[in-house]
Parts: sequence; C-alpha cells; structure tokens
Amino acid sequence: MAAIYSLYIINKSGGLIFYKDYGSAGRMDTNDSLRLASLWHSMHAISQQLSPISGCSGIELLEADTFDLHCFQTLTGTKFFAVSEPGTLHMDNLLKHIYELYTDYVLKNPFYEMEMPIRCELFDINLSQAVQKDRVALLGR
Amino acid sequence: MQFFGGSEISPSPPAPTASGNNAHMMYVFNRNGVCLLYREWNRPLHTLNAQQDHKLMFGLLFSLKSLTAKMDPTNADKGNLGVPQLPGQGCSFHSFRTNTYKLSFMESPSGIKIILVAHPRTGDLRESLKYIYNLYVEYVVKNPLYTPGTPIKDLVTSHLADFGTHHELIDNHSITNIGNRHLVTGRLKEQARSKIVGNIGRGIVDAFGKECERCELFNTTLDQYVRGLG
Repeated sequence: MAAIYSLYIINKSGGLIFYKDYGSAGRMDTNDSLRLASLWHSMHAISQQLSPISGCSGIELLEADTFDLHCFQTLTGTKFFAVSEPGTLHMDNLLKHIYELYTDYVLKNPFYEMEMPIRCELFDINLSQAVQKDRVALLGR
Repeated sequence: MQFFGGSEISPSPPAPTASGNNAHMMYVFNRNGVCLLYREWNRPLHTLNAQQDHKLMFGLLFSLKSLTAKMDPTNADKGNLGVPQLPGQGCSFHSFRTNTYKLSFMESPSGIKIILVAHPRTGDLRESLKYIYNLYVEYVVKNPLYTPGTPIKDLVTSHLADFGTHHELIDNHSITNIGNRHLVTGRLKEQARSKIVGNIGRGIVDAFGKECERCELFNTTLDQYVRGLG
C-alpha cells in the first residue's frame, strides 16, 4: 500500500497546476514547489535525450536514500508525480487512479481552464479519499 | 557509506548473476565535470556528439542531485535550490529508471561520480559501483603515470609512444599488440638493441612496462566485470 509524502501535477508546458503535501517534514512553500516542478519537467525531457535505445518516454521512478519519486506521464504530456517512502509498491496504479479522478473532476468541470492551477472541490475530496484509503491500510500493518 | 570497508587490495565482487552484454554504457566524472572515462558496450542510438553528451549527462546528474536534496521529505532544513552540494551532504539519489534504461549512480566522498546505464530490469547496483570505484582506485589512481583530472583512455599507447620516440627505442609503427604480459611485440630498432645492455637495461624496460600494464588492466578488468553483471 502507498505511503505518499506529496503529490504534484504539472501541465504539458512544465507549469505546476496542483501540489498537495501529506505530512512530510519537507513541506515547501509555493515558490519552491513551482521551481521544483519545472526542474523535474526539464530533467524528464533530458533523460529522454540520453537514452541508448530509441523510444524512451522519460523517468518513471527515481530512487533516493530517503524517498522514491514515481512519475506517470499521460499521452497528452501531463505529468503526475508523487514522493513516497522507499520501496512503496503499486504507486503506478495509484497515479493512474489519480489521473482518472483528474479527468472526471477537473477536465469535465466546465469552469476549469486548461493548464491553469486546479481549484476543484470535488477533485480535492475524492483525492483525499483515495490517498487516505491507502494510508489507513498502511497504519493497519 | 563505507568505501574503505573492503581493505583488501582486490575486494571480492558480488557474484555476477548473468553473462553477456547487459550494460549499455558507463561514465566516470570527477568533481569538476571532466569525463574521465566513457565506455560503450551497446548503444544503438547516439543523439548528440560525444562532448555534448558528456556535458548533458553531467548537467542532468548535477540538477537531479540538487532536486533530490531539496525534495527530501525527512529533512526540514534545506538550502535553496541550485546551491552546489558537497558530496555526501543532503539526500542523494542512487538510481532512476525509464522504460528503456536504468541509470545507476554513485558519488565518492572525493566527488568521483560513477554512472552505469543498463537495461530497465537491473537490480540494485550500488555494491557493483563500489567495486568499480575500488578498481578505479587500485588501477588508475595508484598508477604513477596517471595525471589526476585527465581522461583515462589510451594511457598505455600514448605514454609508450612518448617514451619510445623520445629515447629512440621503439619505432612508432611497431606498437602493434598491447596484451597483458608483453607490452610491445613489435620490433625494436636495431640501435636500441645495442643500447639495452645486460639485465639493467631490460629491468628498466620491464619496470616501466609493469606500470603501463596496470592501467590497461583497469580497462580489461572493468570490461570483464561489467559484462558479467546481471
């Protein structure tokens, strides 16, 4: 089960449209999160250039000492990436589920402007439910 | 991170789990971004020329280290993004995976960065990278003919050629086969034969030969080890 520290969503140009922190000591202010998101967007693109084999679609998993970063890129270029505990399993399923929530509650919202920061209440509620469900399972371990 | 835990001259490597060509390429950089070594075993796609490729790789790693240090969720007090981190300071990543390759990274306390690019289902290569670092220390750093901060390629042929032509011992075109034991199997010039008188002369050439050998051994040992990795 997932134990995620934070979630970022970036649009196809690399701009941050959603950032949520789930209780990590490294909570960031708005400016830092914006910078990090853009940095990640560029690094993702550069990693495709350095591939020894053609057909690379960018970084899917970055493993560090104290966390793992899972990234899911949609066919339209939107990236969902989450910082989680090292060795967390099934993160790609969680990210795909979050993508489904995004399509249902954000893209189908007639008042949402494309590429703008997400301010949709239903998305927030459902996202919290999806993440909490996993965290409860984690605490029960 | 224990780099000197091995303490033997030849530390035993982790047992290779598979045979064949699994690695794509390898880079070794020093702390200033100079590419000390670039080896390629299997690389069908070359996007950029060699110089740009090395710079891009170094830049990517530098920025990723900065990003991981900043994004660390367990550490509340972090510097600003882009501040150069000392080796070992802050959280650092050890690998990343894409759909076509997996890149494993290790930085020594002296800033030597070793990068190995292999297929995506590779396991944790941290121990293997430490072993490669030990190979580097034994065969390259301890080689008295190696100048730190310069690329590690062709040390044998370039030094031998310099030595040879300077002392008129070896005809440049005669350096044909550089193997493990016999460094020069080409012909010595006739004058040279008469110059190398007795055991003393032979001893000097042998000693010099052994020093050159140690760097060529780095290349062959490294090659053997990486090809054996699973």
